[in-house]
Amino acid sequence: MSTSAALFTYLLRLGDDNLVLGQQLGALLSRMPELESDIAVANVCLDHLGQARNFLTYAAEVEGAGRDEDQLAMLRDERGFRNAVLMEQPNGDFAHTMARQLFVDAYQVPLYEGLSGSVDDRLAGIAEKAAKEARYHLRHSCTWVVRLGGGTEESHRRMQVAIDAMWPFTSDLFAADEVEAALVADGLAVDPVSIRPRFDTAVNGVLAQAGLRLPEDPYQRIGGRQGLHTELLGHLLPELQALYRANPGVEW
Amino acid sequence: MEQSTVTAAGPTPAERFDQLIAAGEKIEPRDWMPEAYRRTMIRQIAQHAHSEVIGQQPEGNWITRAPSLRRKAILVAKVQDEAGHGLYLYSACETLGISRDELNDLLHQGRQKYSSIFNYPTLSWADVGAIGWLVDGAAIANQVALTRTSYGPYARAMVRVCKEESFHQRQGFEIMMTLARGSEAQREMAQDALNRWWWPSLAMLGPPDEQSTHTEQSMQWGIKVETNDEIRQKFVDQTVPQAQFLGLAVPDPALAWNEERGHWDFGEIDWDAFWEVVRGNGPCNRERLAHKVKAWEDGAWVREAALAHAAKQEGRGLAATA
Amino acid sequence: MTDRATTTSAPTVGGYPLWEVFVRAKRGLNHVHAGSVHAPDADTALQHARDVYTRRAEGVSLWVVPSAAIVASDPDGRDDWFGDSKPYRHPTFYTIPDEVGHL
Repeated sequence: MSTSAALFTYLLRLGDDNLVLGQQLGALLSRMPELESDIAVANVCLDHLGQARNFLTYAAEVEGAGRDEDQLAMLRDERGFRNAVLMEQPNGDFAHTMARQLFVDAYQVPLYEGLSGSVDDRLAGIAEKAAKEARYHLRHSCTWVVRLGGGTEESHRRMQVAIDAMWPFTSDLFAADEVEAALVADGLAVDPVSIRPRFDTAVNGVLAQAGLRLPEDPYQRIGGRQGLHTELLGHLLPELQALYRANPGVEW
Repeated sequence: MEQSTVTAAGPTPAERFDQLIAAGEKIEPRDWMPEAYRRTMIRQIAQHAHSEVIGQQPEGNWITRAPSLRRKAILVAKVQDEAGHGLYLYSACETLGISRDELNDLLHQGRQKYSSIFNYPTLSWADVGAIGWLVDGAAIANQVALTRTSYGPYARAMVRVCKEESFHQRQGFEIMMTLARGSEAQREMAQDALNRWWWPSLAMLGPPDEQSTHTEQSMQWGIKVETNDEIRQKFVDQTVPQAQFLGLAVPDPALAWNEERGHWDFGEIDWDAFWEVVRGNGPCNRERLAHKVKAWEDGAWVREAALAHAAKQEGRGLAATA
Repeated sequence: MTDRATTTSAPTVGGYPLWEVFVRAKRGLNHVHAGSVHAPDADTALQHARDVYTRRAEGVSLWVVPSAAIVASDPDGRDDWFGDSKPYRHPTFYTIPDEVGHL
């Protein structure tokens, strides 16, 4: 695999993670537990959308086929998406949204901090800004996981259910193949396996503080990086793409 | 400035209030104020706050379907601003001695209103443009006047809102411009949106002056500084040339430039339809309120949990460092 | 807001206490009152304040203070407290000939 082909796929993986998550968070505005949380979730959503746009725009340039961020976002089907399957898991209740976010944040902080040192300056620049955002997100999601875990009996139960529901999709974040292998060797990408310990430390720390635990069932669902998704993505994409596809070739 | 000599008697609180209003000075939260002033202010600020909060919904309806990532991000930022504006306004309203909980309850029970305009559905992407251009345009015309309102916290909130709001109108106009210059289908979408949003946008500025029950007293107290009809005329005057620029037709056969007045004449607003929406029978009244109530009820367990957690931390003397 | 009509108990939302928010716009300036948020605790209040009042990079530093902790002067005692002006404290009280120049 050529470096540019690997880089293109790698950037799609980074971009699609944020696009799919941003799409989900965007559906939550006006539906949060209080007005202040509507504003908070919008900030997180905007950060992910911004990251998605940066990665996809760069991916399009690396590909050099004349596509832009929107064509990449709007014209690929399920099998073409490279996001980790965690991102497409549904918002559920507030506990599910926060559990998914905690796992994403605990993964993205070390990922982006590592990528800030990429030999690819463009990628390093995007990652440096994204790392700041991810650190704030992690603080936010930890705040809520701790409050729900240690709040009432009901919130504790709901938070545990949510952790159990989201956990089986976390290994997909770290599933590496020849794409990463090719880039890590050249100092372009971060080896996902190398950031796993920091992820585990962060997750275990906050769960301990919240009085929560990881599920005992070791089952993990992987495949997103190869476009082998859960069925949920096939319902999310039409909503994202319908208007764009119905009017080919126009400006918006 | 005040007189520097203080007589032993001094003005009564009511006289003092009238003097402040007459001098164009702001009334501040802990000042004495007539009970009717306080009630009017609470009603108006609350209605304004509720409008911003409910206003998240019609545009929020298009976030997941925005036709480009740039538009999606802009729309999220805009809907977020609306929540923010609602919050600034609730903040101002709470200085009058009413809590956000009470205001929420009043909205949920239908005892306080929000703007009629948000009871119309967003049926196409162009509606997002039309709302920014027309609805925010009308709102800005109203809000700019309100930066001079007599109640300090409300005026200050309006200054902040106005600063942020102009991005809203510009992004809406940009959407309309792109559609008007786009494909035939896009142009039709834009015209259809203008057709549906024009009259509600004029009506949202409130009943005509001769029918407005609150106008006279509100003007006297400096709560309102321009009448509904004045603001409406200003809005029409600035918007008609914009529609002409877009090459879209304003859906009003009576619309004509009046050289003598130096203003655009426009047709009769269907006030029966307006009042019907205000009474709760608009296309979306029930959905909008149900959506809001559901979000609040769904979040109850989260709020309880956060409070329970805070109480436990406080019990451990850790609240400040949690 | 800093001075509210009722002083004894801060209004609540979902039982959340109210917090006053102060923003330092840039280094070298004071923290200035911006508004309020409701939050269950200090840490959440700070995050809400950041999300609500610095959406356009309006600040470099934030304070949140429980509204109930603010003690305000009584507006009715205004003249007794603030009415006394001593003109000789102000530079314009003194007449200095023009030829002295800037003083």
